[in-house]
Amino acid sequence: MPELVLQLTRAGFLALLWLFVLVALRVVRSDLYAASGLRALVPGGRGPARTGRGRTPRQLLVTQGALAGTRISLDSRPILIGRADDSTLVLDDDYASTRHARISMQGDEWYVEDLGSTNGTYLDRAKVTGPTRVPPGVPVRIGKTVIELRS
Amino acid sequence: MIPEPRTGSPPPSPAPLPTGRGIELVLLAFAAVLVTGALALVEANQEQELTQTLLWVGLAYLALFAIAHIAVRRFAPFADPLVLPCVALLNGLGLVMIRRLDLARVERALAAGRDAPVELVSRQVAWTAIGVALFVAVMWVVRDHRTISRYAYTAGFGGLVLLALPGLLPSSISEVNGAKLWIRIGGVGIQPGEFAKILLIVFFAAFLVQKRDLFSTAGRRFLGMELPRARDLAPLVVAWGLSVGVLVLERDLGTSLLFFGIVLVLLYVATERVSWLLIGLSFFLGGCLIAYQLFGHVRVRVQVWLDPFADFDNTGFQIAQALFGLGTGGVGGTGLGAGRPDLVPYAESDFMLSSLGEELGLIGLAAILIVYLVLITRGLRSALAVRDSFGKLLATGLAFTLALQIFIVIGGASKLIPLTGLTLPFLSYGGSSLVANYALVAMLLRISNAARAPLPRRPSTPLPPIAEAGTELVERPS
Repeated sequence: MPELVLQLTRAGFLALLWLFVLVALRVVRSDLYAASGLRALVPGGRGPARTGRGRTPRQLLVTQGALAGTRISLDSRPILIGRADDSTLVLDDDYASTRHARISMQGDEWYVEDLGSTNGTYLDRAKVTGPTRVPPGVPVRIGKTVIELRS
Repeated sequence: MIPEPRTGSPPPSPAPLPTGRGIELVLLAFAAVLVTGALALVEANQEQELTQTLLWVGLAYLALFAIAHIAVRRFAPFADPLVLPCVALLNGLGLVMIRRLDLARVERALAAGRDAPVELVSRQVAWTAIGVALFVAVMWVVRDHRTISRYAYTAGFGGLVLLALPGLLPSSISEVNGAKLWIRIGGVGIQPGEFAKILLIVFFAAFLVQKRDLFSTAGRRFLGMELPRARDLAPLVVAWGLSVGVLVLERDLGTSLLFFGIVLVLLYVATERVSWLLIGLSFFLGGCLIAYQLFGHVRVRVQVWLDPFADFDNTGFQIAQALFGLGTGGVGGTGLGAGRPDLVPYAESDFMLSSLGEELGLIGLAAILIVYLVLITRGLRSALAVRDSFGKLLATGLAFTLALQIFIVIGGASKLIPLTGLTLPFLSYGGSSLVANYALVAMLLRISNAARAPLPRRPSTPLPPIAEAGTELVERPS
């Protein structure tokens, strides 16, 4: 093969190889921007349904406990919390029940509801007995885990 | 699997989540283009004309990954879109390099007037086919990774048997080049250790999930760390003993190192205790000292690592040639098919790194390492995203094995650490490693599918009762 062609194909192949890497990294990047710790979205997804005004919480953040730092982005679907494998937030906590609590959206507000847990669910320091509105930034305590809604 | 709109709720149903299968297909096609291009370049640089081998290797490659892609679409539709393309590219580049070394070997045999040797590339394509078959089978059989944890103790037992078997078999069956890690019957040999690796990860992940509390029970505090109680050290001691046993019976540094590393990392991930790492590392150092004192082959490896040129013609030859190869490649490489990677003994298996480094240079090698990195991070990301503890530990273990193995091989071939005989996952020639790694990737995809799939919806959500229930306002103490 002539020297020039050899050099051109050599550079061309390396460029293509890096192009593959860059495309792969782009996919990784768009995945990161889908901004959720638990729910991995693939490119294109610009965050979940834009319902309500700016004040509505968009994320659920775990502030204390084994899962501290976990974020779940909120769409209109209810969030189940407990030790059951099919919960949205699976707690690995001896003080939590299998199906401990549910946080769900009614209209524009989010409500927390205890699902008959053994150790109870607390909004700030008060025990939750019925569906209770959760304002953004107020801690909800479940066993050793504390979560908050953030906008 | 398109989520149905919820009954009786005002917000519009969210759009179905993109599954990433389209991106996977595009990237797979890209990998296929790269691999066929590379094959053509190799042939053009070597022989000036394209042969039939190019055609059938290319077609087999396309067919195999088409099957794998369809299997993913069918069995794990939400699986990570990057894992399979990365694997396809690495495997394809491995085929290209093995083909390239075949050509060099044929040329040399003809020049010496001998018969042309067996073509390794056709064997590797056959192993790839077996690997993809196992990949599809694992996806098909294991519909939910949590079911595997039920067979944890069986897997652990099987893994131990596979690990120990070659060491106990007579050398005529199990010994190749001084390491007893094969089972060779007829012309076909497998390394059961590669499969044992996966089984033992399954066992250890399930075991740690069951006994996690035990390992995080605090012992006494020391230097700001909580040390585990002495009796909880037993599993680590057992793992250490096994690793040393492998080293003694099978004379295989790589497997022994890999196995101990996995146990240590899984323990650390399960308990979040730094003390486990420190204890494990001190065990490891102790093991190193013992091995160095007792075994001649370990001493030789260390001496070669310290100075490969001291005994260039004999023990240091392989690593010295590999370093020359990397040096010849330099930044840009010599171009595919234009170097002499065949000068390194075992260039197609243990020293795949130096072959690739010589012909693709630092630029190409860096790209390949990033592809590995993407593969591993996707595995770890699945571990973060999946919601059950067993899945988390299993995915971590599987991804970390790949990482540790790549580190050991590349470190060894580039003289960062003493050389140990392991293969580069997917790139190197070697049936067992390839097939086992396909099973590993199938399990990773299964876990990532569980992590990314939309939550199953219960048909009758008890939603209306909440709406109807009187809202009881809880006062916030000010």
